Amino acid sequence: MRYAMAVDTKKCVGCSDCVVACQTENNVPLGYARDWITETVAGTYPNVEIEIRSERCNHCENAPCVRCCPTGASHIVEGGIVLVDHDKCIGCGACIEACPYDARYPHPDGYVDKCTFCIHRVEKGEDPACVAVCPTHCLHFGDLDDPNSDVSKAIADRKWKVLAPEAGTKPQIYYLI
Amino acid sequence: MKEELIVSGRNIPGVDPHLTLWHWQIPLYLFLGGLAAGLVFFSSLYVIMGKEDKAPTAVKWASFITPVALVIGLLALFLDLRHKLFFWRLYTTIRLQSPMSWGAWTLLIITPLSFVWSASYLRELVPQWDWKFKWLYAAETWVIKNRKPFAWVMIVLSVILGIYTGILLSAFNARPLWNTSILGPLFLTSGLSTGAATIMWMSKDHEEKNLFGRIDLLLITIEIFFIIHMFMGFLASSAVQIEAAKLFLGGPFTVSFWSFVMILGLLVPAFLEILEWKGYKIPAAVPAFLVLFGGFMFRLLMVEAGQLTRYLY
Amino acid sequence: MRNTTRRDFLKISGAGAGSLLLAGPAIKAFSQIAGDDTIHPGEKLHRTPTYCEVCFWKCAGWVYTDKKGRIKKIIGNKDDPHCNGRLCPRGTGGVGMYYDNDRLQTPLIREGKPGNQYFRQASWEEALDLVAKNLDKVRREHGPECVALFSHGTGGKIISHLLKAFGSPNIAAPSFAQCRGPREVAFTATFGEDVMSPERTDIRDTRCLVLIGSHIGENMHNGQIQEMSEAIDKGATIITVDPRYSTAASHSKYWLPIKPATDLALLLAWMHVIINEELYDKKYVEKYTYGFRELKDHVKDKTPEWAYAITTIKPDIIRKTAREMAHAAPAVIVHPGRHVTWYGDDTQRSRAIAILNALLGSWGRRGGFYVPEKAHLPKFPGPAYPKPKRSWKDAFPGKYKLVNEVLSTGICDATIPNPEMGCNLKAWIVYGTNLMASLPDQEKTLKAIDNLEFLAVIDTMPMDIVSYADVVLPECTYLERYDVIRTSPHREPYIALRMPASEPLYDSKPNWWMAKELAKRLGLEAYFPWNNIEELLDWQLKHVGSSLDEMKHLGVKKLKREYDDLYFLNGEDYEFNTNTGKIELYSTELANEGFDPMPDYTPHPEPPPGYYRLNYGRAPMHTFSRTTNNPNLWELKKENNVWVNPKVARIWGLENGQYVWLKNQDGVVSSFPIKVRITERIRWDSVYMVHGFGHKERQLSRSYGRGASDSELITRIAEDPIMGGTGMRGNFVTFLTEKPGKEVAS
Ligand SMILES: Nc1nc2c(c(=O)[nH]1)N[C@H]1C(S)=C(S)[C@@H](COP(=O)(O)OP(=O)(O)OC[C@H]3O[C@@H](n4cnc5c(=O)[nH]c(N)nc54)[C@H](O)[C@@H]3O)O[C@H]1N2
Ligand SMILES: Nc1nc2c(c(=O)[nH]1)N[C@H]1C(S)=C(S)[C@@H](COP(=O)(O)OP(=O)(O)OC[C@H]3O[C@@H](n4cnc5c(=O)[nH]c(N)nc54)[C@H](O)[C@@H]3O)O[C@H]1N2
Ligand code: SF4
Ligand code: SF4
Ligand code: SF4
Ligand code: SF4
Ligand code: SF4
Ligand SMILES: [Mo]
Repeated sequence: MRYAMAVDTKKCVGCSDCVVACQTENNVPLGYARDWITETVAGTYPNVEIEIRSERCNHCENAPCVRCCPTGASHIVEGGIVLVDHDKCIGCGACIEACPYDARYPHPDGYVDKCTFCIHRVEKGEDPACVAVCPTHCLHFGDLDDPNSDVSKAIADRKWKVLAPEAGTKPQIYYLI
Repeated sequence: MKEELIVSGRNIPGVDPHLTLWHWQIPLYLFLGGLAAGLVFFSSLYVIMGKEDKAPTAVKWASFITPVALVIGLLALFLDLRHKLFFWRLYTTIRLQSPMSWGAWTLLIITPLSFVWSASYLRELVPQWDWKFKWLYAAETWVIKNRKPFAWVMIVLSVILGIYTGILLSAFNARPLWNTSILGPLFLTSGLSTGAATIMWMSKDHEEKNLFGRIDLLLITIEIFFIIHMFMGFLASSAVQIEAAKLFLGGPFTVSFWSFVMILGLLVPAFLEILEWKGYKIPAAVPAFLVLFGGFMFRLLMVEAGQLTRYLY
Repeated sequence: MRNTTRRDFLKISGAGAGSLLLAGPAIKAFSQIAGDDTIHPGEKLHRTPTYCEVCFWKCAGWVYTDKKGRIKKIIGNKDDPHCNGRLCPRGTGGVGMYYDNDRLQTPLIREGKPGNQYFRQASWEEALDLVAKNLDKVRREHGPECVALFSHGTGGKIISHLLKAFGSPNIAAPSFAQCRGPREVAFTATFGEDVMSPERTDIRDTRCLVLIGSHIGENMHNGQIQEMSEAIDKGATIITVDPRYSTAASHSKYWLPIKPATDLALLLAWMHVIINEELYDKKYVEKYTYGFRELKDHVKDKTPEWAYAITTIKPDIIRKTAREMAHAAPAVIVHPGRHVTWYGDDTQRSRAIAILNALLGSWGRRGGFYVPEKAHLPKFPGPAYPKPKRSWKDAFPGKYKLVNEVLSTGICDATIPNPEMGCNLKAWIVYGTNLMASLPDQEKTLKAIDNLEFLAVIDTMPMDIVSYADVVLPECTYLERYDVIRTSPHREPYIALRMPASEPLYDSKPNWWMAKELAKRLGLEAYFPWNNIEELLDWQLKHVGSSLDEMKHLGVKKLKREYDDLYFLNGEDYEFNTNTGKIELYSTELANEGFDPMPDYTPHPEPPPGYYRLNYGRAPMHTFSRTTNNPNLWELKKENNVWVNPKVARIWGLENGQYVWLKNQDGVVSSFPIKVRITERIRWDSVYMVHGFGHKERQLSRSYGRGASDSELITRIAEDPIMGGTGMRGNFVTFLTEKPGKEVAS
């Protein structure tokens, strides 16, 4: 099993619903975020192009955050989901320094937190909160090993990219372009 | 025109607009770790070579600095932790891939050993010292008898510690400025250099002073060589590493790096040590202090600047 | 008259009263959401139905509360066609409306001693008595018609009921003269029916969607954005006409970067191509429309080449896009837009859009415009409303004949004494609308307020308008109350229930309770014969085959369509509700009133040198001025910025992120500085900003002084002669890089 997400940059409107939904679903304290929206604008008026991306932890297959963690708080579970065990985390910040995507944040309570792929929902067979709320249906989640999953289908017939592949982390968020 | 912006969701203290998570604590910890590694290295080295009397300061007196440096270093690390009460979690597991884990365990071992090491010389320094308990005297005798094997253990640990302080940063691929294999040897050399400078400073023995002055000079030369190579490596590498190098070559860290690290921390002490060698009277404290200062500044700037560098996507 | 000089802009935090307002419980309530880790994701939560009130799309959803009764999250109701189980960011962030610790907490009464004015806290008893006393005084001295109500939002319905019972017809919302008015008048003139809300656009099944300025994606009206996304998936062509590179433009096959204020020329050229190349739906036009020959004649010389000179859109693009539309017809939507009060000829522009749709045969067809149906709930038995003897319109003899709703700005005008008018309006109730942000020409609004004898404001937040009130009645948020059943029209009639998920915080109360209490005091209790709103709702629901209990479990319920005519114009005979019984390409109604029966292009003023057209719009995560202080949504966007083209930035030496003040053509300077965003998404003759920022009320701890207010800079209004809409896009601004001195600011 290999959980992954695809983000359709041609449909995302940058509304940030995924950000608020994550916040209310996962008790992310105000001022912090597990997911976020970026926009790049290229060209000269009127020949302009923009790309809008909803970003979050890439649940890297080759996760440097896990490797550098001195306590084993950062770990990988079944399906490739990268998690932080709050009660093992000492808040040393090594994993934050190690993540090329700045996907982790220091929780005000001391431990480090990040996207969990909403494992508590996924275990119940539901989509992650951000996927379930997105009004444009531009987020696709599922098991890459299952060719019929939403995410497999989404990346099957579209061009896609991952972020900073040169960092060697084998990220598992696919951006449809 | 190309525009990149974060629309929402990111304004996280310590992480945005760029990482400022690690402040002075980690650099101080790295600096003191390096210093301790240098001190332990030289003291054990001379014991192993059986030339304790050629370097009495290195073997005996300077080794009193080691436990102090290590304890302050550990304290600095502790201050950096945000979930402090869970500190003990470091010692419920061994993570071979995590330099931090290596460091934590190394320190756990080397710190008490360094106490023992210096304690075994305590009565040479303070002859009227009384250990109060019989078994302490027995322990002392045992250590003194087994100095050589002890030194072997210590030298291995000191090398691990020294390299560790170097690779802690270079293990972070995510920060292009740290992502260079030269950083390990560079920090190790710098650690040894601060150790040598400290011994030179403390030593009352003219021979020993000169010896460590020359060792330090050699180490400084190697360091400069490494630094030049590091920048050449960056400039011949990917765009993000060129960007990273530019922080020091015309960027916001240029003035502080070149004045504090290169000139005051390396070139000036090297020059003074050469003068000393040539027979001029130079108070050892001056080059030694400069080397220590430069060593700390180097780590501080590397940590600060490294956090500014990142992959672009 | 209680005031001869302009009323002071009241600080709610007057001597001593401020500390009372910021009582402890608010802060405690807020911290429940910030950094509370005792709740773990996945904990079992309890849910109650609601429909969202953060904008007017009214999506139905479920409010989840934990064991301690704390509101945790709001999730869309899967059975609701407004949202299909997915709320928009504002709806999801609706929890912040409840947890905002700046909320109004108790009734407030103005203590006016010269030079020492502030609000003091009052009991409901005292505050309601005072409102009733003042309304009664106006009723006795001037007649009930001299009271006006501004209302926006669901709760306004029961307050409107109160005012109608009281005897006044003067009930206005900014959603007409500042928003949808022109399109409703234009579509009614053309098809005999208006567009309604939610819009009757069949975007889901369309093959070509033409957006004229509608910035769907930033305009976050939920069902539309969802259906547009679905249409994109199905391969529909999106054509976006917008001078700014909107998000919708970036997702479109064609973006037509039109010169602002010239859309009518483009629309006429499209008609020209479609008629000339015989691309129109011949059968449809012949059977259902009136005035085709006149129209053909009218657009004969409106060639794409002619339009090119005006719009800067290349002729071949005009032709190509016209053919795309025709190719997709009748599954094509030339979107009517929603906020369409732009340049003063907005009814005519909307007419052009309506006509284009008629030529393409999209009205009443799948993928075009469907026929919506809404549920009809019976009125609770009670006396008939008294017949008002006069209305706000009497103040404007001969004007606004085609206006079918009340003009908000007309109410303002009718409040300022005017020789033509016997009596001016004397008292206002303002419910759920922040007039300082929603009405243009603030000076006039203030002048009207200045002439009032009494102003009561019912709001949840200490918004700018609250500061001018004599009595402030704090309402609880939509998450803490029942409201009337939602019956908005859709493909099928649906009903939706809103019920409280929590007890009201502080001393706030729901609208129905206030209305009933005021009715009691005004001798109108006969109009409120129910004991509480549950009784009213249950009674109504039982008449349509449901009940309050059932709705508490369902949230929304689909009722049966009365007529099976979702798409009705496939050759059947049909009589339109117009003078000719046909779709009027040539409007007899407009002709009768002396207006152009067919739309024509007229040029609009251009910015003077050194000035830039002030363009404004929406940010997806905010609704007007109402959410900028919402803690959750504020986190997403804390201030607006002014979009400036790099060329313009170079001329002015502006840097990205720099703060500037904006000054408009009339010398009005923004109260607060605004951050520059240098971007290629905007033209060099315009600047752009998101509406709703720049609050002046200090009690709004998050949004006070953040960003600039477009409303403040809109002092020149191009009034639509047909329906009185306030064209607001003819204002021009320039940059001030230094904080302006007092003389400039005045
Ligand atoms: N300059 C400018 N003016 C505009 C527009 C623009 O884009 N620019 N847009 C126009 C358009 S399209 C429209 S529709 C109007 C919208 O105009 P409004 O609906 O007036 O918009 P808001 O500014 O959001 O004001 C809403 C008010 O209702 C209060 N409120 C929110 N919830 C409740 C509640 O449950 N109960 C009560 N009692 N009060 C509540 C809020 O605190 C706030 O004071 O503005 C128009 N005016
Ligand atoms: N997130 C969010 N969504 C909302 C609301 C909200 O407050 N927040 N409010 C809702 C309400 S009540 C309304 S009325 C709607 C309003 O939403 P729309 O009807 O989409 O709003 P407009 O103001 O007509 O459109 C703004 C767009 O018009 C463009 N524009 C400006 N001048 C011209 C011009 O001369 N020609 C053309 N072709 N385009 C031009 C601007 O660049 C901008 O992209 O949004 C609704 N949706
Ligand atoms: S909710 Fe969907 S459309 Fe909105 S920003 Fe997130 S991914 Fe994009
Ligand atoms: S994105 Fe960052 S935090 Fe997530 S798995 Fe990869 S390295 Fe770790
Ligand atoms: S902060 Fe926590 S999760 Fe991250 S590396 Fe340190 S212990 Fe591991
Ligand atoms: S998957 Fe869950 S935790 Fe991750 S960003 Fe989406 S909502 Fe947040
Ligand atoms: S569109 Fe968004 S804000 Fe409007 S009612 Fe629906 S969820 Fe609420
Ligand atoms: Mo509107």
